[in-house]
Amino acid sequence: MSAVMTPSETTERLQQSVLKLTVNNHPGVMSAVCGLFSRRSYNLEGIMVRPIQGTDGAQSRVWLLLNEVDKLEQVMRHTEKLVDVLTVDRHKLEDSVFAKTEGFFKV
Amino acid sequence: MSESASQPANNPVNSQIPEAAKQLSGSQIIIKLLERQGVTHIAGVPGGAALPLYDSLADSSTIKHVLARHEQGAGFIAQGMARVSGEAQVCFASSGPGASNLITAVADARLDSIPLIAITGQVPQQMIGTDAFQEIDTFGLMLPITKHNWMVRSAEELLTVIPEAFRIALSGRPGPVSIDVPKDVQTQLIDVTEWPEPAVAVETPAFDEQAIEAMLAKIRSSHKPLLMIGGGIVYSGATEQLREFAEKLDVPTVQTFMGLGILPDDHPLSLGMLGMHGARYTNYLLEECDLLIGLGVRFDDRATGKVEAFCPKAEIIHVDIDRSEIGKVKNPVLSIQADVGEVLTLANQQLEAMQRPLWQQRVEQLKAAHPLILEGADELFRPYGAIKAVADILDDTANISTDVGQHQMWVAQAYPFNRPRQWISSGGLGTMGFGLPAAIGAALAQPDRKSVCFSGDGSFMMNIQELATAAEENLDVKIIILNNGHLGLVRQQQTLFYNKNLNAVKYQQTTDFAKAAEAMGCKGVNLALSEDPMTDLKNALLEHGPCVINLPISETEMVYPMVAPGGANCDMIGGEAE
Repeated sequence: MSAVMTPSETTERLQQSVLKLTVNNHPGVMSAVCGLFSRRSYNLEGIMVRPIQGTDGAQSRVWLLLNEVDKLEQVMRHTEKLVDVLTVDRHKLEDSVFAKTEGFFKV
Repeated sequence: MSESASQPANNPVNSQIPEAAKQLSGSQIIIKLLERQGVTHIAGVPGGAALPLYDSLADSSTIKHVLARHEQGAGFIAQGMARVSGEAQVCFASSGPGASNLITAVADARLDSIPLIAITGQVPQQMIGTDAFQEIDTFGLMLPITKHNWMVRSAEELLTVIPEAFRIALSGRPGPVSIDVPKDVQTQLIDVTEWPEPAVAVETPAFDEQAIEAMLAKIRSSHKPLLMIGGGIVYSGATEQLREFAEKLDVPTVQTFMGLGILPDDHPLSLGMLGMHGARYTNYLLEECDLLIGLGVRFDDRATGKVEAFCPKAEIIHVDIDRSEIGKVKNPVLSIQADVGEVLTLANQQLEAMQRPLWQQRVEQLKAAHPLILEGADELFRPYGAIKAVADILDDTANISTDVGQHQMWVAQAYPFNRPRQWISSGGLGTMGFGLPAAIGAALAQPDRKSVCFSGDGSFMMNIQELATAAEENLDVKIIILNNGHLGLVRQQQTLFYNKNLNAVKYQQTTDFAKAAEAMGCKGVNLALSEDPMTDLKNALLEHGPCVINLPISETEMVYPMVAPGGANCDMIGGEAE
């Protein structure tokens, strides 16, 4: 994370939210989550998924970076409806996996 | 959700322990589990990847297979059964084109919240991903149009997936699910030592009962409240509760397309259907109301018109079982996520009857000034006249289905629906070709009721092959084709909104539907050639058996009033009193 942000970067930050999902880990879950976002035209800026340690591969954690301030509540409600999504929570951007991996996403 | 919970038959097939622990194939397990769920009919079309499934289905003594002529027909036959019964219904198809042909019927079920279970064959697992013959990504295709879907990877999984499929299809807001079963899973043998319990809907969501008091306080203190009622009332089996609620609080009530029949047609509080083809007075009243209580509705754009202009003076209360519908289109001041029947039952316990003479007076005033005009209602060869003639011959026991287009809107406006589930029509997806197979499904599920389908010459062509299915099953299905030789609703929109630039809406080649019906084993009646059309219509409707009735109308007939797509409901075209 750079120390100084341009005004446009600051605006972008304010528009971003992070969601933390617990999901059943089986083929198709990623499709279900990504498909929901594309067909309801929600702006998905980033996604990070790995199995949750200690669940014997039964569950995965999905991190989503969103550009949807106004629709966030709707996004969460629709995401909660997916049968394989067990929990949906909001998370701060600052200490999120997206903030910590920003260096991997530069030109 | 008591009405829609499936009622497994109480017979020996439902003993939890298999007669003798024995090896069963995946396909035998599927059939056994469907029997235990109480399934009596499956509509489908077999094919290579579904052969084991059909081999096992042949051994079933309790499930009758209905051989559709196209998989989309099978999907809509199952939908027709589900729509009139409220129970989850099953359709079968093979892999590849079999599965893709089901897609439209599944998507249609999704938008109208119909519990449909689509089971498809798939190529063997070792061939998946090799572009094998009749291989298609059924899982990927079904994913965005189902409540949930599965690709089953072992016979063992079927023991959890099949009951889960019924549970999900029936729970909360109902909807379709799909199960893709590779051929090797169908043939895999496993020991079955115990059958899972047949699935029923899970309990409806708990809700804050104090919210009911808040809702009632708002309704009592409002001066111009309106109820907006929809499919949620039908699926919850809450018709009686709704009538009591509306009557005690003396609230005029608009019905969405999916809610037609909840209030009887001549009920004093009924304002008919709202929205794009609602009566003028109905849409004007929505302009004036100060409180709109949406019960089991989703504020569809055909109902609301331009959202910003919908009920501009009203606060919104929204009761729906699907949390994601609350706030999706309209932001309510008060919402309850719950089964609407439970909310109304509790609310009715604390209701004191009240009256709203001023508001009712205003309703009567607008109704008198801007009534629904049914032009030509006494002429058989005009749309409203044809619909009225059919309604006069039938009684309320008949199930009425439609295809999609002008005829559908005329029926929605003019047919006197007097009970829930009497009205079977493709609302959200608006699928031409829905009508005939859905009418077949209604006749299969409720053979004692007449199944009458209004169609148009455009829509009817889209699943006309199912006439052979209706004849094969000798079902009491009557199809009335309001035949204008055109795609009438498209013609109407080109006339109104595209400078009368009529393009691709006239069928240059006409079809003799009565003869086509006879070619497929049904009776065909062409009223255009009748000496006494009214008597011929009556005889055709009242005798038993599948029959197509061709009824010519002019292509210049329009559905009025009409709100332009994207326009505000107050800006209606046509349908003005003289």
